[in-house]
Amino acid sequence: MLQLAGVSAGYGSFQALFDVSLDVGAGEAVGVIGPNGAGKTTLMRVISGMLPVRAGRIDLEGRALAGMPAHRVIGEGIAHVPENRRLFPGLTVEENLRMGAYIPSARQHVRERLEWVYELFPRLKERRDQIAGTLSGGEQQMCAIGRALMSKPKILLMDEPSAGLAPLVVQQVFGLVRRIREEGFTVLIVEQNVQQVLEVVDRAYLLEVGRIRLSGSAEELKNNDFVRQAYMGI
Amino acid sequence: MMTIRWPLALLFAVLLLLPLGLQDYLLHMAIQILIWGFVYTGWSVMGRFGQVSLGHGAFLGVGAYTTALLWNNFGLVPWIGIPIGVAFAVLLALVIGYPCFRLKVVGHYFALVTLALSQVVLLSIVAARDITGGSLGMTPNSVGQSSWLALQFTSKMHWYFVALAVWAFGLWVWVKVDRGMGRAAMEAVSEDETAAAAVGINVTREKLRVTVISAAMTAFGGALFGQYQMYLNPETLSGIGVSLQIVFAAIAGGMYSLLGPTVGALLTIALTEGLRIGFGTTLIGAANTIYGILLILFIIFMPRGITGFFGAWTKRRAATAAATT
Ligand SMILES: Nc1ncnc2c1ncn2[C@@H]1O[C@H](COP(=O)(O)OP(=O)(O)O)[C@@H](O)[C@H]1O
Ligand SMILES: [Mg+2]
Repeated sequence: MLQLAGVSAGYGSFQALFDVSLDVGAGEAVGVIGPNGAGKTTLMRVISGMLPVRAGRIDLEGRALAGMPAHRVIGEGIAHVPENRRLFPGLTVEENLRMGAYIPSARQHVRERLEWVYELFPRLKERRDQIAGTLSGGEQQMCAIGRALMSKPKILLMDEPSAGLAPLVVQQVFGLVRRIREEGFTVLIVEQNVQQVLEVVDRAYLLEVGRIRLSGSAEELKNNDFVRQAYMGI
Repeated sequence: MMTIRWPLALLFAVLLLLPLGLQDYLLHMAIQILIWGFVYTGWSVMGRFGQVSLGHGAFLGVGAYTTALLWNNFGLVPWIGIPIGVAFAVLLALVIGYPCFRLKVVGHYFALVTLALSQVVLLSIVAARDITGGSLGMTPNSVGQSSWLALQFTSKMHWYFVALAVWAFGLWVWVKVDRGMGRAAMEAVSEDETAAAAVGINVTREKLRVTVISAAMTAFGGALFGQYQMYLNPETLSGIGVSLQIVFAAIAGGMYSLLGPTVGALLTIALTEGLRIGFGTTLIGAANTIYGILLILFIIFMPRGITGFFGAWTKRRAATAAATT
C-alpha cells in the first residue's frame, strides 16, 4: 500500500535519512524502531509531506507522493499523529476532532465521523467540551489519534505515541493502537519502546543513524540477539 | 447573533445622526477615530491570530504615497490611485509574507522582519525626496472645492460620512473573517502550525490570506487619511512610530472583539489630543513613550484589551446575577 524506495532527506546541510526503503501492506501494522536521533520523526515527516524528499520515491497505492505538500498528502489518505501529540491546546476536545476533518473530502462527514470516533473512544465523548490542553497525557494521545481518524485515512502514521507517558498509560495507549488495528486500519508506528511495539505490530524495521539496519517480522526481531541486547536490555 | 446585532444597529443610528450636533473640531476627532479605527481593525484581522506585525506603517505609507503621487504627477484620481496603492501594499505583503511563512519565520522573528519593513519604507520615502518631499512631507494638489472625483471635500460633514462608510466596511470585513472557514484554520495555525499542517491546513496560504487582507485595509486607510489631511508626512504615515501606535491601539482596545480596535482609536486620538492641549509642543514625541509604557501595562494586566476586559466582566456579573437569583 505504502512504499518508500531509496528515500533521502535532511535539514540544510545535514542529512538525516539515507536511502531508506520500506513498505507497508494494506491492513498491516508496521513498526519502525530505533534510538533517539535515528531519524524516525524525520521519516514520518517526509511521508506526510512536511519535509521535502531529497531523493527516492514514496508511493501510496501506486500514486507518487514525493513533492506533494502536506495539506495535499492528507487528502490522499495519510493521517499523521505527530510527535508530542500536537493538539490545539486552547481548543476543546470536540473542536480538535473537528479540525481533523478539515480537508474538503472529510468536511461533509464531520457528524458521522465524530459519532464514530466517540464510539471508538467513549472517553473523548465524556470530555468533549474540555480544553484539550488540560487533558491527561493518555487522553491527549487518544484525542490526537481521534483527530487523525477524522479524515478516515487509508494509513495512520503514529510518531512515538507512548513517549512521555507513565508506564500504566503506555499500556493503555498500546491498547488503543491494537483497537485501531482491529478496526482494519493500516498503521505505521514509530517507537523507542521496542518491547511494547513488537507486541502490536506484524513487522518492523530498525532504523539507526538514518539507515535501515534490520527488518523482519515482530517475532524475528524479538528473538534477534542484537535487538535484544541493544534495545530490550536482555 | 441577535445580541450583537441590536446594539450595533443602535450604534449606527447614533453615528449617522452624530455629526448634526458636532462642531468642526469634534467632527475632526470623529473622522480621525473612524479612519484609524478602520486601520486598527485591519491590523487585528491578522493580529488576532497571533500574527503580530510591527510594520503596518509600511502599508499605510505605500497606500497614502502611491495615491498622492499618482494624483500630483499623473493626474490619476484617487478612485484609481487608491486601488493601485492597495495593490502595491498587497504585493509588498506577499513579497515579505511568502518567504517568511514558507521558511517558518514566526513570532518574534516575524515581528522583527515587519519592523524592519516599516523602516525601509520610511527611509525610501525620505530618500526619494525629489518626488515625495522627503521628511518635509507633501501636499496633494488641491482642486479648491469639494469634488467626489478628486476625493477632496471642504466640508467636514462630507468626510465624516465617507469615513463612516469605510469604517463600517472594515467591520464587515472583520465579521466575514470571523465567521469564515478560514477562521478555524487560522485559529489552528495560531495554536500550533505543525499540528495545523498535520490536519491538512495549507498554513502558508491561510497566513497569506489574512496578511493580504490586513495590508490592503491598512493601505486603504493610509490613502484615505492622506486625502483627508491633504498632507502626507513620512513620520506619521510610515516607520516605527505609527506602526507601534497601530499595535498599541489594537491591543489596548481589544483585537478579539469587533469594536475593540475602534475603542483603541478613541483612546489614541484622545491621548494625542490630550497631550497636545495639555502640554503643547513641549511633549512632542512623548506620545510614543507613553504608548510603549501603556502597551506593556496592557499586555500584562489586560491582554484582551479594554473590550475584552469589560466583556469578561459583564459576563461574570451576569453569571453571578443568574447564580444568586
Ligand atoms: N529541524 C531540524 N533541523 C536540523 N536537524 C534536525 C531537525 N530535526 C531533527 N534534526 C536532526 O535529525 C536527526 C534525526 O532526528 P529525528 O528524526 O527527530 O530523530 P528521532 O525521531 O528518531 O529521534 C537528529 O540528528 C536531529 O538532530
Ligand atoms: Mg522523534
